Amino acid sequence: MTNLDAKIPSGPLEKKWDSRRFELKLVNPANKRKYRVLVVGTGLAGGSAAATLAELGYNVEAFCFQDSPRRAHSIAAQGGINAAKNYQGDGDSVQRLFYDTIKGGDFRSREANVYRLAQVSVNIIDQCVAQGVPFAREYGGTLANRSFGGAQVSRTFYARGQTGQQLLIGCYQALERQVQAGKVKMHTRHEMLDVVLVDGHAKGIVTRDLKTGKIQRHFGDAVILATGGYGNVFYLSTNAKNCNVTAAYRAHRRGALFANPCYTQIHPTCIPVSGDYQSKLTLMSESLRNDGRIWVPKKHGDDRKPGQIPEGERDYYLERKYPSFGNLAPRDIASRAAKEACDDGRGVGPGGLGVYLDFADAIQRLGEDAVRSRYGNLFHMYAKITGDDPYKTPMRIYPAVHYTMGGLWVDYHLQSTIPGLFVLGEANFSDHGANRLGASALMQGLADGYFVIPYTLGNYLADQRPGLADEQHAAFAEVENEVRARLQRLMDVNGSRTVDSFHRELGKLIWDKCGMARDKQGLEEALRRIPELREEFWGNVRVPGDTGDFNQELEKAGRVADFMEFGEMMCLDALTRDESCGGHFRTEHQTDDGEAMRNDDDFAHVAAWERKSDGSGWTEHREQLEFENVKLSVRSYK
Amino acid sequence: MSQGNMRLKLHIWRQKGASAPGAMKTYEVTANEHMSFLEMLDVLNQELIEKGEEPVAFDHDCREGICGSCNMVINGHPHGPQRGTTACQLHMRTFKDGDEIFVEPWRARAFPIIKDLVVDRTAFDRIIASGGYVSVNSGSAPDANEILIGRDDAEEAFEYAACIGCGACVAACKNASAMLFTAAKFAHLEKLPQGQVESDRRAVEMVMQHDAEGFGACTNQYECEAACPKEISVTSIAMLNRAYRRAALSSKS
Ligand SMILES: Cc1cc2nc3c(=O)[nH]c(=O)nc-3n(C[C@H](O)[C@H](O)[C@H](O)COP(=O)(O)OP(=O)(O)OC[C@H]3O[C@@H](n4cnc5c(N)ncnc54)[C@H](O)[C@@H]3O)c2cc1C
Ligand code: FES
Repeated sequence: MTNLDAKIPSGPLEKKWDSRRFELKLVNPANKRKYRVLVVGTGLAGGSAAATLAELGYNVEAFCFQDSPRRAHSIAAQGGINAAKNYQGDGDSVQRLFYDTIKGGDFRSREANVYRLAQVSVNIIDQCVAQGVPFAREYGGTLANRSFGGAQVSRTFYARGQTGQQLLIGCYQALERQVQAGKVKMHTRHEMLDVVLVDGHAKGIVTRDLKTGKIQRHFGDAVILATGGYGNVFYLSTNAKNCNVTAAYRAHRRGALFANPCYTQIHPTCIPVSGDYQSKLTLMSESLRNDGRIWVPKKHGDDRKPGQIPEGERDYYLERKYPSFGNLAPRDIASRAAKEACDDGRGVGPGGLGVYLDFADAIQRLGEDAVRSRYGNLFHMYAKITGDDPYKTPMRIYPAVHYTMGGLWVDYHLQSTIPGLFVLGEANFSDHGANRLGASALMQGLADGYFVIPYTLGNYLADQRPGLADEQHAAFAEVENEVRARLQRLMDVNGSRTVDSFHRELGKLIWDKCGMARDKQGLEEALRRIPELREEFWGNVRVPGDTGDFNQELEKAGRVADFMEFGEMMCLDALTRDESCGGHFRTEHQTDDGEAMRNDDDFAHVAAWERKSDGSGWTEHREQLEFENVKLSVRSYK
Repeated sequence: MSQGNMRLKLHIWRQKGASAPGAMKTYEVTANEHMSFLEMLDVLNQELIEKGEEPVAFDHDCREGICGSCNMVINGHPHGPQRGTTACQLHMRTFKDGDEIFVEPWRARAFPIIKDLVVDRTAFDRIIASGGYVSVNSGSAPDANEILIGRDDAEEAFEYAACIGCGACVAACKNASAMLFTAAKFAHLEKLPQGQVESDRRAVEMVMQHDAEGFGACTNQYECEAACPKEISVTSIAMLNRAYRRAALSSKS
């Protein structure tokens, strides 16, 4: 039985991280260079970890599947990054960011982790500014802030609508500096296809060079996964096309428990689907809700143009239902409210799957130029995709899959249930509970990479003899053979359906049954359908080309094969969590006015799934969440 | 033909590998005006796979104009004919029924072809590694508000920092120069106080690496600025040239 020891330090909340840092074992500077650390993924989480560990003196080998670390999905983050700087003097503090995050997550995250996150948030901004990240500024030269959902203070730092790109460039440049210094060896266009365990510890990975198809073994004294989220299990999402669950799922198959896979975030403001050929969905940043007002017509099936609908016949439903947070209600709540309005027949646009996000008031109040300087590139992006001009007519938006709170289970040290395997960023489950607040993913990724792993990794390595094994060890040969066999099996099916057609079908099924609203019957149906689809996949998929070549269809096939198993675990988790909380809305559990109804007596725990060794399903383990500092309460944004 | 649909003739560069010979191949496809250009290629690829042929390889990821992955020359223009737009943001409504479209890879000595439209752009990473950063270790930064930066400087730095590293500037240049990329990266840091300390070394190292990668010289044609999907200004090149001369002078004295 796996023991889920979260290793949370004792003592008062504010002292936990300090005292743990003092207790952690250190690797002395001269010894650090004897260790080799593998970092898989070089988005914000992995890039910051790789750079920092190299600065400390470790030898780092880093991997990403894009042609450059600068292209990781983190690049696409738009709106901003939170930090408890209280530069606006509006009452922010570490305590408040901590509380907002716990409450935003609907009381399903660990107090100690979240508190640490809030504490180090302030260092992140310092670090990024020192690297040259061009955050927005006030005329006096100080940093500017904006507000994000679920908060009543302005604590979000931003660089127009491309905060992710600017943070990632800072991080990538720090990483390239270490490449130049010879401390990081960067493997681009490499995909990790499995983890290698030696005596129960993660000591390496097997990768495929995507340019040549070559399978390679890499030894490391520890392995860090920072491979992002699994939102693309839904096929359509705001994630970059190549985001996938393979690295995390392969680690799961080797024994790493997967926590809360059913916690997925549906973002309220995305551009609606326009056709069957659609390949992805585009987010319109939450920051737009600072100034945009969301509404639908009061009348059912009102097909007048938005400008022709008089003020009195509009329902600004978020302002009506949540007067104190209004348009800045948290994401899960705003998404469900949009779905509700559309289900009620008041949605706008083709198929009635859309609501308006209207800037007319803001333009009148601030002027078009001010609105342009805040959101120019987002308006531009919207206009390009839809052909409509949002300065003149309201945007049409609809919720879409955006982020995944679930991930590999990690303890306070960010170590998974496999010793020596650490998981950072969106790939772990750690800080956001059942719903993530806007601008907190960037914060978490960089907190993990710049400020947590540099301490906790040393504690693990201090007990490890460097170079314990090498690539010639039998464990590597075994894993390599399995990887090769699986690739060959994908090629050998030689059926008649494309990988994408399977992915679309899986995604649609999961969106219908395990999306914005879930119920027992639907989930049970999904649990019947997914294995059937998986069987059809392995019997009828067509992968053209060769394994020993640049082959994008083969890459996709391997990822979809993993989604086919992962999706089942996700639905199982959703079915087992017989309550509503945050992004997990079970229609059986709602209040009279349609709000999520938690069941703290039975479900104030993390569900961590272990795959049965014969592959016949999963076993659930539970980590009870202890709340010593906040009172569990009904989340209210009214 | 149903509403918004268009029948197109595509001529696409096909090349199996770096050393294999390549050639234009012609395909026909039906697209819809609401599709993005890459979605149109997806449709083609699905059809090719179903017919038992190999799909067209092309790089892409975010599909919203920010990761810089997508790269193709469309009808002679890097990223296509629309200004300030990446290939993934180009929508089929800019084309019409019966159009012929030519699709080719970036062509430059420093960007060898990997397959079809996919090229190797790692030279850009090496230019950054040569000096395109501020040397500051994690945890050693002062409080963020101790560095005051005027709003105009911050905005200008941002304009250069908006570079997505796609390489369109190289593809557009008859000399295959990467000066706009190199200069944009340089100018971003040059406009900020944090970038000042290492400015001289940065200018020299980045230019040297640029040349060592086999990119051509800039002869001030400014095709790059017109092709840049982020519309980055060539004033950055002047800034880099100035810094380079200053650094060269000071190292002589
Ligand atoms: C459109 C959009 C906007 C967003 N805006 C915001 C925002 O404003 N604020 C905010 O806080 N959050 C935002 N988010 C969320 C946030 O961007 C992500 O959660 C975060 O960037 C994830 O960072 P990461 O480092 O964990 O993973 P990623 O950036 O996804 O990086 C994953 C890395 O892993 C590599 N990788 C994956 N699998 C493998 C493998 N098998 N082998 C080798 N390498 C592998 C990839 O190549 C990549 O380098 C947004 C998300 C989206 C989709
Ligand atoms: S795919 Fe990211 S910029 Fe085009």
